[in-house]
This record gives sequence, structure tokens and C-alpha cells, in this order.
Amino acid sequence: MSYTLKLRIWRGDKEGGEVKDFPVEVSEGEVVLDAIHRVQATQAGDLAVRWNCKAGKCGSCSAEVNGRPRLMCMCRLSDFEEDETITVTPMRAFPVIRDLVTDVLFNYEKAKELPSAQLGPRDADGKRRMAQIDVERGQEFRKCIECFLCQDVCHVVRDHEDNKEAFAGPRFFLRYAELDMHPLDTHDRRELAQGAAGLGMCNITKCCTEVCPEGIKITDNAIIPMKERVVDRKYDPLVWLGNKIGLRNKDDAGRTEV
Amino acid sequence: MASTDQGVTSPTRARIDARTLRQDRWWLAPLTTFVVFSAFVVYATVRAFMGRDYYASPYLSPFYSPCLGDCVEGASDFGQPFAWFPLSAALIILIFPLGFRMTCYYYRKAYYRAFWLSPPACGVAEPHQSYSGETRLPLVLQNVHRYFWYAAVLVGLVLTFDVFLAFRPMPAEYAVGDGETSGIHMGLGTLLMIINVVLIWLYTLSCHSCRHVVGGRLRHFSKHPVRYRLWTWVSRLNTSHGRWAWYSLFSVALVDLYIFLLATGTIQDVRFF
Ligand code: SF4
Ligand code: SF4
Ligand code: FES
Ligand code: FES
Repeated sequence: MSYTLKLRIWRGDKEGGEVKDFPVEVSEGEVVLDAIHRVQATQAGDLAVRWNCKAGKCGSCSAEVNGRPRLMCMCRLSDFEEDETITVTPMRAFPVIRDLVTDVLFNYEKAKELPSAQLGPRDADGKRRMAQIDVERGQEFRKCIECFLCQDVCHVVRDHEDNKEAFAGPRFFLRYAELDMHPLDTHDRRELAQGAAGLGMCNITKCCTEVCPEGIKITDNAIIPMKERVVDRKYDPLVWLGNKIGLRNKDDAGRTEV
Repeated sequence: MASTDQGVTSPTRARIDARTLRQDRWWLAPLTTFVVFSAFVVYATVRAFMGRDYYASPYLSPFYSPCLGDCVEGASDFGQPFAWFPLSAALIILIFPLGFRMTCYYYRKAYYRAFWLSPPACGVAEPHQSYSGETRLPLVLQNVHRYFWYAAVLVGLVLTFDVFLAFRPMPAEYAVGDGETSGIHMGLGTLLMIINVVLIWLYTLSCHSCRHVVGGRLRHFSKHPVRYRLWTWVSRLNTSHGRWAWYSLFSVALVDLYIFLLATGTIQDVRFF
């Protein structure tokens, strides 16, 4: 069963552009990326689009479908009515290069600013050990495919270009949280997370969680726990007093602030 | 509404004038939140300032519990240390549940979206020119949430105590049917209070600060099996924290309304035994 999809695609570059109509034949079971490819094959050979795996695993085909950040390869046409118009635009938080392709350099710059794991000394037999439940805790965060849809939807930078300097974004709060929960890591990044990474700018409105194609509970499981850890470090007078009088939380021992 | 030059229409972005291309009814959720919260705030404010009709023996309204001011006879189970307080006794204690809910991570999300439109919905440009999140006063104070949680645990205990008191026999003037029973009693008020206190506890124990305190703050679950177990329980409750936030908001207002109607003599308690 095929039908003509009322597809609209944003075309242009940094000089300007507009949404144009590309009615295209599609069939049941296809995804938005299939329709885009058909447009590219039959109507607009120079349409720029980034993609790779077509399986929701490479994180390349991020775009916005009817205003919502989506992976085009995971966005089923069957989720829309057949007579519905589908508008596809590039991600609107990042500089556009051409058509559906944006420059996501911002995210790589932020990744560079994040100190990587610094593991402590090995056990006597030359190995490092982690208990299974401690390993499991971070697994959710490692599902991230770096599609940057969360970074795209986050209003802190999407609506405020001037915040990009001071804000790392949800994908990196995920990483901060993962490392802060890591039993073997010796860096204490709480100050850094609140300061340089701008964790305090997040107002936990959960859009990152809403769009994450991997279903990672970014806000509940990474950002809020990280905010609570920052409170321990910076805002809780009782924790501060405890540290002063030597009632130190041994669980934190052996970390140095970066 | 056109966004600013800093946002989705700023120079480097794909040139699209619309503030959002969403076609679904994205405004419905913030609008609903706005209407319901506003209604609750109006109701709670009126009731808190009224200073009367909060006690219908044996029921005490949760807005007035513990009743530490110059309260009506029978309502003060913890004494009246603030008997000199000239205004409604509710104002003495409501600051704690109010602060708890205002700094709650779930409510923050809800009111930042619905009242401050920051953002109104995902992928919908917010109307503000600049934004600093929770980094400055007053919003940096949201970080005290855990202290309100400690207070909320105490409030929860008091409300639980009230439920036990709600099983007391009713005074003769409220007696219906074949008269007052001796010993315990249970009425619709008791039932509502039980439901309310269960929802309050679900809300309080599913709190993100609670999750952090019981075990989330650890880096080695493996070395703290009991706290790990607690953390898994709280985590499970926590996934529905928003739901408990809403339900307990309704239940608290409902219990108060029921007691108000009893105290004003508008209705009579439905007695089970
Ligand atoms: S929860 Fe925070 S990080 Fe996530 S989208 Fe909202 S403001 Fe951005
Ligand atoms: S956290 Fe989710 S939305 Fe963000 S980059 Fe990773 S997979 Fe994409
Ligand atoms: S093409 Fe790889 S995620 Fe869509
Ligand atoms: S009560 Fe909602 S997070 Fe604490």
C-alpha cells in the first residue's frame, strides 16, 4: 500500500533558506529517512542529509520532524495520518551547514572540556575490580549514541545562543553523573559540573529526557542526582560541618577536585 | 511571538521564522497545569487565611496540622506554643509543605513550564531574552530542597498521627442514626484521611532528595547493601513522583474541603462504624 506523502523539507544554507514541498510516494512501514532518500533519488539530487546506520544506533540522522527532535531513521510514517503534512527541518539549536545538515561542533568542544576518568592504583594482582551492582549503575548512561537531540532541544542553549559558552548540556551531565558515581574514579568533578559546565542553568524541565531516542532518564537519573551531589559539595551546611569536624563521608575518600 | 536574536532565529541557525513547528496541542499540558495549580493556590490561600472551620472532631484539616496557634478546642495535640500568633494558625506550619512543594524537582519542572514558560513545551521557543537558570538568587535557593524534605518527614508523621486520632469516637452532636458508638469510630472522613496520608507518604518518600539521602549519594553500592536496597525501593517510587505530587495535592484539598463542610454543618459525616 503506497500513498503520496505531503512532505516538506527545509532547504538552504547559512545565508538563508525555506521549507519547500516535496510530495513523494511512500509505502507502509517506511520511516521519514526513507522518504527523504526517495526525494534525494528522484527530485532533489543535491539534498544534503547526514545518516549512517538506519538502525537508530549511529546518531547521525538527527533532525526535527514537525518541530520535534527525532532520529529520522526511527521516525515511522505510520505514526502519522496518511493525509498529514510532515515537515522536516535541521536541528534548530546548531548552526546550519546545508539543508538538513548542521554543525554539531559545539558538542565536541564540550566533550573536550570534560576531564576523563582517572582511575586509582590497581589491586595487588594488577587488576581493577568493581562489584556488579556498581557496574550496572552506569550502564544506562552508556547507552547514549551521541545523537545530540537532547542538546538540540535544551532551551538553555536552543533559545539562548549566549549560554553556549557556559553550558555543557544534558549529554555531558550524563557523563558527569556517570563518573561521579564511578567507584574507581579519583576525580571530584562536582565543582566543575556546577561551575564550568553550568549544571545550575538546567531548570530540570525534562525536554532532554523527552527526546532521547535511547530512553535514557537523563533528568531523573543523571541531572537531578548530580544536582544533589553538588548540593553536598556546595550548599549543604550540615555536610560542610561534617567535613570540618571530621565526620567525613568515607565513600568519597580518595578523590581530588579537578 | 517572535523569539529573540539569541534563540532559534539567531543568525547561524536554519532560517525558520516560526517559534515552533509543532502541530500537536503542546499548549494543553502547560495550560492544564496552570489552571489546576492556580485553582489550588487560590483555594489553599483562602482556607489558610480563614482561620476557622478546620476542625470537626475528631478530624483536623491537614492545612492546620499540627495546630500550634490559638486553635479551637481539641485541635491542638501538640500544645499551642504560638498561641500569641494573631493570624490563622495554618500560616505557622504551611510554610513547610509550601516550601517543600515549591522546591520539589517535579513541581519546579511543572511551574517553570506552565507559569514561567521556560520553556512552555519542548521545542517551543521561550519568550525570555536572557536566562540564567538556577544559578542566581532567588532560584539558587532551590538547592535547600533536602531541608524541606526533612521537615516534610515530620509533617508526614504528624498527619499519620492525625489519622489515628480520626478513629476516635465522635462527639454526640455529630452522631447520626442510632447514636454514638463507644470505642473507635470510622467515617468517610477517616477514610479520606487514610488515603491522603498514604499519598503524602508516597510523595514524600519518592522525593529525589530522599533518593539521594538513602543511597544515591554513594559511589559504592556494593559496600552498603542495606542503603542500596533502600535506594532501589525509593527509585521505584521515584519514577512516579510526579503522579504522587498531583494525587497528594488533590487529596489534601479534598480532606480539607470535607472537614470544612462538616465543620460548617453543611454535610454530616458518613459513618461506617
Ligand atoms: S532538563 Fe535541563 S538539561 Fe534537560 S533539556 Fe531541560 S534544561 Fe536542558
Ligand atoms: S543522551 Fe540520548 S538524546 Fe542525548 S545524545 Fe545521548 S542518546 Fe542522544
Ligand atoms: S541513521 Fe544512524 S541513527 Fe539514524
Ligand atoms: S518532593 Fe519532589 S523532588 Fe523532593
